[in-house]
Amino acid sequence: MSSKLRKVLLDPIFNNNPITLQVLGICSALAVTSKLETAIVMSLSVTLVVAFSNLAISAIRDYIPASIRIIVEMTIIASLVIVADQLIRAYFFEISKQLSVYVGLIITNCIIMGRAEAYALKNPPWQSFLDGFGNGLGYSFILISVAFVRELIGSGKLFGMTILAAKNDGGWYQPNGLFLVPASAFFLIGLMIWAFRTAKKEQVEEE
Amino acid sequence: MKKDSIKRTVLVALALCVVCSILVSTAVVVLRPQQDENRRIEQLKNILIAAGLYTQDSEVIGRYNETIRRIMIKLSSGQKAEAEVVAAGLSPERYDIKEAAQKTPSSESIAATDDLAGIKRRPKWINVYLIVDAGQVRGVVLPVFGKGLWSTMYGFIALDIDLKTVSGFSFYEHGETPGLGGEVDNPRWKALWPGKLLYDESNDYRLKVIKGKVDASKPEQKLYMVDGLSGATLTTRGVDNLLRYWLGEKGYAPFFARLRQGEFNEQ
Repeated sequence: MSSKLRKVLLDPIFNNNPITLQVLGICSALAVTSKLETAIVMSLSVTLVVAFSNLAISAIRDYIPASIRIIVEMTIIASLVIVADQLIRAYFFEISKQLSVYVGLIITNCIIMGRAEAYALKNPPWQSFLDGFGNGLGYSFILISVAFVRELIGSGKLFGMTILAAKNDGGWYQPNGLFLVPASAFFLIGLMIWAFRTAKKEQVEEE
Repeated sequence: MKKDSIKRTVLVALALCVVCSILVSTAVVVLRPQQDENRRIEQLKNILIAAGLYTQDSEVIGRYNETIRRIMIKLSSGQKAEAEVVAAGLSPERYDIKEAAQKTPSSESIAATDDLAGIKRRPKWINVYLIVDAGQVRGVVLPVFGKGLWSTMYGFIALDIDLKTVSGFSFYEHGETPGLGGEVDNPRWKALWPGKLLYDESNDYRLKVIKGKVDASKPEQKLYMVDGLSGATLTTRGVDNLLRYWLGEKGYAPFFARLRQGEFNEQ
């Protein structure tokens, strides 16, 4: 893989992360991160949807009339999301109950629309696919990190397995309920943005 | 043809719609059997959980077939109603109480004065489940549902064959506040239920979910009362009311009478 393609794939993870730098897709990052398992399935779905929607949109980019550009993008994204939703309901039934409406809401996840508009319309399919996949990975990285902290501190568990025995079940650990409410993800994402921008000064916005 | 001409725009839009609709409908049709099967297994699993017979996911179907016998009954009379349900064009095997309670031909309204559970309508027929062990009916699992604070809560309660002692109780669907009313799912709370009595010697309904903790030194409380959930007074009241409705005179009483007479003992 040439260095340019590698950059397209890997840049969105740290250097141009969709959540911490582009500040897209915050909604689902708050909603589905109280458990690792749901966060991983959500990450997987978003990554696949953004990669394939980029691929499809890029493949037909020369045929899309400018006047109905956004509608075409939305139609492709919505179709892919419905397919992903149906697959999850068929093969990850337990998790689909927890994700409930959020899979359907991937349609409105700004990352997907954002990448289609900003990248796939202007670049060839293979690069667009990598860009989508990379952005999906960047999204997943944040989601999974946040879920790790929230599940561990909020319920003393990881993947539903008890790590810190909670007081309610006769252990010693007093779970911090704040980490189970969506607002805590705001604090965690804020801290991550801080850490990112301290490490990479060029990400700091100009005053 | 120019890229932005009207003709071209319409053409692209149409082609896109056709491709996407084929994609979506294929996915839905191909995956439906698997999804239906998931829902059915989920249902069986919840019945086993209430009956205290659940071991692990992979054994659900086997254990269900071994230990549970499903009977479709008519709620108002307690009679077997398998044929009646089939005649109404429904499948007893895949009968969905939520769906049945919404549609007019398969449901009946509940008088406001009787409607303790706050559900307004109930299905005319319902599946009940006998726990069978070596040919002997050992207990019964009954679906119950009613309003909590935010949502209608759906669950199963399992009773011993005396039809007075609770052997298990569990909700499988509700939308109560996580951490407060949602604690109805807490195994430690569910563990308080087995052994509680529903009725006293004169067959009056006595079970009550109280505010605070049960004082085990008082036999009255120890036998008939269950701890309420702290911070969830309304959910707790909902649980109390829905059980009072379903296990009272207007609920499963006709079925209990027939079951006591041994009407369902034959295989």
